[in-house]
Amino acid sequence: MTSQVECEEAVAKLLEFLDGELDEIARHGIERHLETCRGCFERAEFERRLRERVAQTAVVPAPESLRRRVRALMETF
Amino acid sequence: MADCPVSFRDPPTPADDGARSAAGDPEGPPRDAARAEEARRRRFFQSEVERLMDRLYGTGLRLTRNRADAEDLVAEALTTAWSRLDTLKDLQAFEKWVFRILTNTFVSRQRRRREIPATELERDDEEDDPEALFDRLHQPFLLWWDNPERRLLDRLACRDIERALDGLLDPFRLVVVMVDLEGFTYAEAAESLSIPVGTVRSRLSRGRRLLQDAIWRQTHPRGVAAEGGGG
Repeated sequence: MTSQVECEEAVAKLLEFLDGELDEIARHGIERHLETCRGCFERAEFERRLRERVAQTAVVPAPESLRRRVRALMETF
Repeated sequence: MADCPVSFRDPPTPADDGARSAAGDPEGPPRDAARAEEARRRRFFQSEVERLMDRLYGTGLRLTRNRADAEDLVAEALTTAWSRLDTLKDLQAFEKWVFRILTNTFVSRQRRRREIPATELERDDEEDDPEALFDRLHQPFLLWWDNPERRLLDRLACRDIERALDGLLDPFRLVVVMVDLEGFTYAEAAESLSIPVGTVRSRLSRGRRLLQDAIWRQTHPRGVAAEGGGG
């Protein structure tokens, strides 16, 4: 197996690796590759940090109107 | 939820039984216990909702793309969650459970409104995936200290990401929100959407590429990743 093929495989499986969706054997294979391949490691770090930034958009201060509404809902039960 | 205040499904303790028999009134103490249980349930639910409210609203906003609809969605989801709290076996799983209700409520609403047009998705699926953002930014010939990828991540505004997410077609946005924002596994997303896991995988892959493409189109003209460029 050449280095190029290993990189192709690593890139192809990278997102599932970061999602924790690979089985143990495949996960270890990617981990080993990232330990030795700077290019793929940089790609993995970029994807991981970008995903963190995307996840941050899920936190938005809830308006007081919604908080009041939820409190009112709780009181009706 | 690391410090669940109380499990309201705990069986009665010997102390509870003793207090009941000592009272001599079979109606009074059980009713008190039920009231206390109800109060504990309410406190637990309120504290968890308070803790998660900004994430629930933000996720609702990413799903609906509209502040009024996001408020309606969160309110409806929390009404459902409160009415079904008895069915939650493991209180440690409350967070995942309530986000699943939020997403399922959104999916049900969309289905009622028939706002997920399959034909539009199929047409879009026929196009090639845009180039990955990393490949557009990465320039291996650069010196080690010049790193456009890092510059982009450091300067990328939340508004750029929000616009890019909001611009995705519903089927792609849904799986991206479920997996990247809510932490669903592929199997959990598949179950909520009633689609195969393979479809989740392909929509997620394409959705992320489209998201990166939108981020690139928004930030590249402003030179966000360029040395000395704008933010």
